[in-house]
Amino acid sequence: MAKFFAVTIILIAIGSAIPIVRGTWTQPVDISTHGYEIDHQYHETMWEAGVAFLAAQIILAVFIWKFSNRREDAEIRRLPGGATGLVLAAVLLVGTEVLALGVFGMNAWAKVYFAPPGPGAMPIQAQAGQFAFYFRYPGPDGTFGPLHPDKINEANENFFGLDPVSDPDSKDDIVTAEMAIPVNQEIHLLMHAKDLGHSFYVRELRVQQDFVPGLDVSVHFTATKVGKYEIVCTQLCGLGHYNMKTYLEVMSQEDFDSWLKQQAALQ
Amino acid sequence: MVRENMATTVHQPPQIRTRPDPSRLGQGRNGGGNPTRAGGSPRVALDDSSPASRTGIWVAIAAITMTFAAFTSALVVRQGASLEAWHLVLPRILYLNTLILLASSVTLKIARRRFRSFLLGAEGERVAVLRGLYATLALGLLFLAGQYMAWMQLKAQGLYLATNPDSSFLYLFTAVHGLHVLGGLAGLLHAIRQLGRSDLRASTLAATSHYWHFMDILWLYLLFVLWMRL
Amino acid sequence: MHDVSGQAAHHAPPQGFVRKHVFSLDHKVIGKQYYALALVAVLTGMVLSWLMRLHLGWPNLAIPGLHWISKTGAPGNLMTPELYLQLMTMHGTIMVFFVLTTAPFAAFGNFFLPIQVGAEDMPFPRFNMMSFWVTFVAFLVMIASFFVADGPTLGGWTQYAPLSAVGAVAGPGQGSGVVLWAASIGIFCIGQLLGSLNFITTTLDMRAKGMSLMRLPLTAWAWFITSCIGLTAFAVLMPACILLILDHVAGTSFFVASNLVINDQLQPHSGGSTLLWQHLFWFFGHPEVYVAIVPGMGIVSHVLITNMRRPLLSAKVMIASMGAIAFLSYMVYGHHMFVSGMNPFSALAFSFPTLIITIPATIITLLWIGSLYGSKLRINTASLFALGFISMFVSGGVSGFFLAQPSIDIMLHATYFVVGHFHLVMAVAAIFGIFSGTYFWFPKMTGKMMNETLGKLHFWLTFVGAYCIFMPFHYLGIMGNVRRYAQFVDDYLQPVLGVHKFITVAALLTGAAQLIFLYNLIHSHFWGKAAPENPWQATSLEWSIPSPPPFDNFGGKPPVVYHDPYQFGVKGSMGDYIMQDSPEPSPTGD
Repeated sequence: MAKFFAVTIILIAIGSAIPIVRGTWTQPVDISTHGYEIDHQYHETMWEAGVAFLAAQIILAVFIWKFSNRREDAEIRRLPGGATGLVLAAVLLVGTEVLALGVFGMNAWAKVYFAPPGPGAMPIQAQAGQFAFYFRYPGPDGTFGPLHPDKINEANENFFGLDPVSDPDSKDDIVTAEMAIPVNQEIHLLMHAKDLGHSFYVRELRVQQDFVPGLDVSVHFTATKVGKYEIVCTQLCGLGHYNMKTYLEVMSQEDFDSWLKQQAALQ
Repeated sequence: MVRENMATTVHQPPQIRTRPDPSRLGQGRNGGGNPTRAGGSPRVALDDSSPASRTGIWVAIAAITMTFAAFTSALVVRQGASLEAWHLVLPRILYLNTLILLASSVTLKIARRRFRSFLLGAEGERVAVLRGLYATLALGLLFLAGQYMAWMQLKAQGLYLATNPDSSFLYLFTAVHGLHVLGGLAGLLHAIRQLGRSDLRASTLAATSHYWHFMDILWLYLLFVLWMRL
Repeated sequence: MHDVSGQAAHHAPPQGFVRKHVFSLDHKVIGKQYYALALVAVLTGMVLSWLMRLHLGWPNLAIPGLHWISKTGAPGNLMTPELYLQLMTMHGTIMVFFVLTTAPFAAFGNFFLPIQVGAEDMPFPRFNMMSFWVTFVAFLVMIASFFVADGPTLGGWTQYAPLSAVGAVAGPGQGSGVVLWAASIGIFCIGQLLGSLNFITTTLDMRAKGMSLMRLPLTAWAWFITSCIGLTAFAVLMPACILLILDHVAGTSFFVASNLVINDQLQPHSGGSTLLWQHLFWFFGHPEVYVAIVPGMGIVSHVLITNMRRPLLSAKVMIASMGAIAFLSYMVYGHHMFVSGMNPFSALAFSFPTLIITIPATIITLLWIGSLYGSKLRINTASLFALGFISMFVSGGVSGFFLAQPSIDIMLHATYFVVGHFHLVMAVAAIFGIFSGTYFWFPKMTGKMMNETLGKLHFWLTFVGAYCIFMPFHYLGIMGNVRRYAQFVDDYLQPVLGVHKFITVAALLTGAAQLIFLYNLIHSHFWGKAAPENPWQATSLEWSIPSPPPFDNFGGKPPVVYHDPYQFGVKGSMGDYIMQDSPEPSPTGD
């Protein structure tokens, strides 16, 4: 049985590695400017994790195979190097490896979070609420009007609680259910939670960020490929969580301009 | 550096230390220890350090400390999240209650000292010990009554649990501390009952008193935090 | 080494059924009661997972009997999204608290820690008895949430605010179900604290003559370290639950920010902190997962050593590594919050200890594997599950490399990658530790042997089945399959619906295999072969007393310990081992 067990472990280990090696299920193609470092980190980590995984499982299996069913009077042997060797291996091999991952990974994180958006970044406000995302563009005046939570009225489609009558800045704000952005244009996404926690996740953009009630959070990114991508909620927010989604459309500048004009007309 | 077998320093048969300690082999509940009337030497009878009760009370104190550390960090974070400040004025009776609680610690200390004499054979001291314990109990109850009065004063100002974050924490801290004081009172009652039955061990009184003094220190800390932050 | 003989918590033998089996002060009965509770809990949790998986594989399936579980959540036996989330929440909560915190620590620890240190019982038997009944009440309160108007809470075992704190206005499952959840967990915390109190004092103060700390078996060390973690972690969860209940019923705003609008209604709360809940919860939550796994590590060491017929390459290093993991566990909790809106600098501050914790975890794994070298490995069900633990721990551990890095977590947070990671280490590895301990200690606890053939069959089906269920979770996560979805309606998820069906089938089959274990457990308890005192030729003190042990463990004669706990591979009168309480000298003098 021991040998059968050893073989099973090895088969499972190799079997688990096959979909990874073949890339059967992978992340979608990166359309962001900051995603390269993230993907690079991921692949580095996959190599190291993969080697560690396979090595450990195979050695475990080999030792099970070799050291079971030994004779009663067989000699107990000590692994050369003993515990000291193992501690050194753990610290030097695994320890330095993971620390290196951490140190080099700081770059990828810094690109997303430590660098502020550039001066030309286009602001868009995203609001998450049970169970939909809405977006607001500032319009020609470039300013967002203030939000009045008490004025929110879903039936009248006043999702943000705007008061264009009293607030001149709100007059030209454009509210949409889908998000469209021009390609190769940095976007500064201002995230507002209407009711509870939600999250904004676009796989292709390599962006995931929680909406935090009471906190103004924002992310910034630039999309480099035209196309239609899904935005999904990843923070459990109630029964409609699985269905809380919308689309991000990355368009050419001209297409975006005409889209925005159309949306403005619909306000 | 590391050896294959468990490395102890023993290369001789283990030293078995036997202490002349007849009183420790008694049939007590919860860990032997010393019965009230020591059959053995006075020194042993005064040994109120039954290791299990001592370790146990410190374990409990550690857990309670962590609980209040969590509440404190909740207060700090909550204040950080809020743009407004309310500047609550602490009801003055809280300071009086503090003195009452401190006094109860003094009476308890006195009771413990009297208990030592009692263990050494001074039978007359039993009444003094009981008086000390009852005094502590009474002061403890007085403290709780005073805390309740503080709540009445807050209510009179229109400050309820949910009125604003500061009032929430004031009620919360005093309530949770008060609950733990109630637990301490139960321990005191237990000690009083045992003393009445000549069944009180020095280690039990020690544990009860460590806990009670900790309630003091905890209250001083909470009062300080409330005074500083609210 | 100090003499604490005679300090044992003497109590007279119990009389009558109630005193012997219900309200018992005997740590062994309490241990078995915890085990029984964990068994009921794991079966409940498993059935919940079957229902979840059935719905995920076949969303339009009418599941017979579903409407009995929920008054409103299953019209026509079709699972609504809210019912799915409620089942998921209960599944996670029951498994983490009432199985993984209960069985490896409270069940086996209560039964065996006093015996392994050489004591008659724990120093505070009444607190110990209370700890079980408090935990039992907590379980009842949790189950009670199935019976309230709109059912149990649906916010996940993590109960993030404000969803958990705003009340019924947030939707079904957010009414009294949340209050019951928080009350149950708060009560559970008290039970844990009472338990930790006993474990710590037993280990420090109740050891027999000659039992120095370094002569404790590795299971005793594991339980001691676990109880220290539990003490501090649960002492933080309780305040969090209190604050949550207050937000719910008393109108306070600890966790709920201002100006929130639900169903067009402005909520009355003001200025609470959303992230406060997450900080409090994860400060508890991360050490909690080590509470779940460290006893299993102790069990694996203990079982493997006996079945390898040699001690580990270094027990000191094993103990130090378990201690290091416990210590580091408090510094890493923010890795659950990388994209939570917390300060991004904190993310790095949490990431580094998370990566560093890999080191003691690796040392532990290498110690096991390295000690296999040159050993005389015996294969039986207990050792199979112990070896299986190692394989599962490796698999679950390496996915941690990814999640520990904030930049990669951007892609993997809240996906099935996380679910795969924690299931492999907790649901599989930790459960394997429980199984290994069960097969190993069942003879001692009951006086009967379990059926080896059924045991091995159980192992094979579970080992292969668990990999079939949880390995695919990682692939799903890599392609971005979000977790906690009642259904998969997103465009990009359509191609993987088949994977989910596969997982469901694997889960149902593996679950069915557990019935073999259940049958074996019950049948052997009543009709198993009589067990000798030391069926595994093991060395620690529990094997020096009858199976099952008498009520006062050592028959009134406290043991004297002469050796380290794992004198294997030495020629002794018993064969290739010397028991801890045998005066026979060992060649090394240890």
